[in-house]
Amino acid sequence: MHELSIREMSEALRDRRISSRELTQHFLDRIAHFDARLNSFITVTPERALQQADAADARLAQGADTAPPLLGIPLAEKDIFCTEGVRTSCGSKMLDNFIAPYSATAVRKLHDEAGAVLLGKCNMDEFAMGSSNETSFYGPVKNPWDETRVPGGSSGGSAAAVAASLAPAATATDTGGSIRQPAALTGLTGIKPTYGRVSRYGMIAFASSLDQGGVLAHSAEDAAYVLQAMAGFDPRDSTSVDRPVEDYTATLNAPLKGLRIGLPGEYFTDGLDAKVRVAIDAATEVFRQLGAEVRPVSLPHAALAVPTYYVVAPAEASSNLSRYDGVRYGHRTEGATSLEELYRKSRAEGFGAEVQRRIMVGTYVLSHGYYDAYYRQAQKVRRLIAQDFDAAFQQVDMLLGPTTTDIAFKLGEKTADPVSMYLNDVYTIAANLAGIPAMNLPCGFKTVGDAELPIGLQLMGSAFTEARLLNAAHQYQQATGWHQRRPVNFE
Amino acid sequence: MDTSVQDSGWEAVIGLEVHCQLNTESKIFSAAATHFGDEPNTHACAVDLGLPGVLPVFNHDALTKAAMFGLAIDATIAERSMFDRKHYFYADLPKGYQITQWTYPIVARGHLDIEVDGITKRIGVTRAHMEEDAGKSLHDAYPHMTGIDLNRAGTPLIEIVSEPEIRSAAEAVAYLKKLHQIVVYLGICDGNMAEGNFRCDANVSVRRRGATEFGTRTESKNINSFRYVERAIEYEISRQIEVLEAGGKIIQETRQFDPGTGETRSLRVKEDANDYRYFPDPDLLPVILEKDTLAAIRAAMPELPEAKAARFQSQYGLSAYDATTLTAERALADYYEAVVKASGADPKLCANWVMTDLLGALNKAGAEVDLARSPIGSAALAGLIKRIADNTISGKIAKDVFEAMWNDEAKGDDAADAIIKAKGLVQITDTGAIEAAIDKVIADNPSQLADYRGGKDRLFGFFVGQVMKATRGKANPALVNNLLKAKLAG
Repeated sequence: MHELSIREMSEALRDRRISSRELTQHFLDRIAHFDARLNSFITVTPERALQQADAADARLAQGADTAPPLLGIPLAEKDIFCTEGVRTSCGSKMLDNFIAPYSATAVRKLHDEAGAVLLGKCNMDEFAMGSSNETSFYGPVKNPWDETRVPGGSSGGSAAAVAASLAPAATATDTGGSIRQPAALTGLTGIKPTYGRVSRYGMIAFASSLDQGGVLAHSAEDAAYVLQAMAGFDPRDSTSVDRPVEDYTATLNAPLKGLRIGLPGEYFTDGLDAKVRVAIDAATEVFRQLGAEVRPVSLPHAALAVPTYYVVAPAEASSNLSRYDGVRYGHRTEGATSLEELYRKSRAEGFGAEVQRRIMVGTYVLSHGYYDAYYRQAQKVRRLIAQDFDAAFQQVDMLLGPTTTDIAFKLGEKTADPVSMYLNDVYTIAANLAGIPAMNLPCGFKTVGDAELPIGLQLMGSAFTEARLLNAAHQYQQATGWHQRRPVNFE
Repeated sequence: MDTSVQDSGWEAVIGLEVHCQLNTESKIFSAAATHFGDEPNTHACAVDLGLPGVLPVFNHDALTKAAMFGLAIDATIAERSMFDRKHYFYADLPKGYQITQWTYPIVARGHLDIEVDGITKRIGVTRAHMEEDAGKSLHDAYPHMTGIDLNRAGTPLIEIVSEPEIRSAAEAVAYLKKLHQIVVYLGICDGNMAEGNFRCDANVSVRRRGATEFGTRTESKNINSFRYVERAIEYEISRQIEVLEAGGKIIQETRQFDPGTGETRSLRVKEDANDYRYFPDPDLLPVILEKDTLAAIRAAMPELPEAKAARFQSQYGLSAYDATTLTAERALADYYEAVVKASGADPKLCANWVMTDLLGALNKAGAEVDLARSPIGSAALAGLIKRIADNTISGKIAKDVFEAMWNDEAKGDDAADAIIKAKGLVQITDTGAIEAAIDKVIADNPSQLADYRGGKDRLFGFFVGQVMKATRGKANPALVNNLLKAKLAG
């Protein structure tokens, strides 16, 4: 049952071949059976899931014609999305006791409007700060393809859960690659939409100008169904864009003939693993055979993306995380004798090392006398990076390159060296700085010892070209089978 | 400026920052209501509480009101302004930052004219920016604990910053009163200082007369009455002069005014101050005010005090003094115009009644009664004036009717008529009746008549008094005069 696509599940539900309760129970059973190994969920919500499944079944019994496609389909949420009545921890001790009193707009759209079933809340790097899911207060997540390796981050729990088929798909967020990098490392299709396409309301803020909600799924088609239900203007988010959402599934089968694909030279340099490069080259050839025209392009400021990001993101994070002060909710230290001590201890106890590091960096770059040298300068470079993309999209329709320099690394391999961890996002960060949509799709495997580890390719498009990206990804997936592979130990 | 300062050879330099709450229905970045005085935390939604994941949405009503203020002080209104975050930790600041406008405020470079001791002076307004108010810490509500009330958190404010062009406490108060008058006139602020609608921080320094450099300044925070502002500034000027004359130095610090002692005391020195780490709020888009929208706001602006006073002079023929008095408050001006319109009487007569009798009675009644709660509404007063104008009663009788109305002897718009009728106060204009009264008075006072006719003209007043007494004050005074003169002449 868990190998079905979302479309197939939806059809089976409509035809009453299965019930949402059966489907939901099946995934709950898989979570119960496998997740002790993976640690991909922070909170599982079986009772709520079965209630929602029953409600979906009742609606389906009244007539499937008007039912939205996701009605009765179980999904997992990254624990960064507020879910009313359910603990929403953001992977932090700070919010270990926080039961959200409201639901994020994306959650409302998926579950209240589209009728999807909430299986639970997925593990993640603390406040989405990390690339390996090792900064989570709830412990690291294992990669289902090799349990000695990381699933990537920050959406590592969502990625591992979907890769191991503990959920058909999961929501995730991407501030500098947190959807695409885990997707690459776990063999999934993941899409980060254009900034402003999915509401950020109720999605706990890391870096407000970069954060964007999206989807981790097995295929472009599955991702299209979920994104369709999540996307759209939200008056509660001033940065969401009031523009109609395209029909993502309607154009999946459009031919790619004449599609102009650019290969950014800066993404194919020495840092890229040779095997990954071979897989990307092969995928490029597939696109060519599908009718795409491939040509080289240049993103001259690509090398500045990581340093720019590590000014902008910590600056915004240091501000966004100011609200966690132990006063109104969240972790509060015991026995503080002054307000100052309450703040100091609550925050020192509630935040992990990586979060504290970024708060300090962010505080520094915004400080009086440093603002111009760092934050203002970073904003200028950010504009240059965005202009690089504008220029490239004058010549081509989308960009193709690697998502990561290599396959998943070992647990603990990079925890001692923050900079090497930060360099994981070297190919993904620019899309966030420019606000453009980007996705990962599996394009091969690299054999390491006994294990086969997925390789991902990245497609990037100009603003609001999600439909075109999903179309290209779907056509590639029709021509190849990488996305259908599943890790062997989770049958 | 008081003479002691003037004589000392010192000059005060004062700049004021005024926090003015805009009276929008909902908060500046959330849909919660802006209400004063309700149970703590009953008007605080998820956004006001700074819950994880919430986002601000700008209430454009605040923009309209801020722009109105800018237009009223002849300022530049930014087509594009921006919100920044100002960071500091405090228990009643839920997000750990305040959303304010730092680099690009909505209003810049305005001015207003004040008058002190008959001299008009122009004070520059550097800027006015929109921001959110903080919550309140309740230190007395629980023993050994502090309560937090977030009802006020997110109330829209404009912070109005003056140039350091104010030179005395009297000028500061005149500036504040003018500002207060403008925002209340515009209807953008309720102006209730006791409720914190309108609060003032005073930056004060002193320097030797003739010096061009500013001295070190102190900031006295959150003073909430005109009188306190005056006392705080006066105290601070004398204190600084005393320190400097004793060879000391002024420390740049924040001070608090204590109304009990009339003194300011140090709250914190500048070295402890926060680095606010301002940066543009990434959750909010730039605030765009299109030219057309601004033009529409301008067109819908209420008439301001100076323009209204000028119109009162030309339209109603009032003196400059009367016009200024009647336009001091928008509510009074509206009341006056309602009286003129409803009575159809001479606007000067109306002005006299509003200024002398109504304001007199209000003053006498003290703080409990203001214009809004006056026992005599504009329609009722118009009803009274109408009866003077149509000679139903004399001006003198009207005073009695007014008093009866004030004491609620009759209610409603027709109160004057009801009282006139009930008390039989209708003026006697019947010549025959008056002549009869005169004849009787003459007959009853033969010796006075003889004296009068013998040249004692002063006795005319005596006869008038007797006739009025006989008619219980109801006789038309002009008729009495004319008829009496004729009869006494014989």
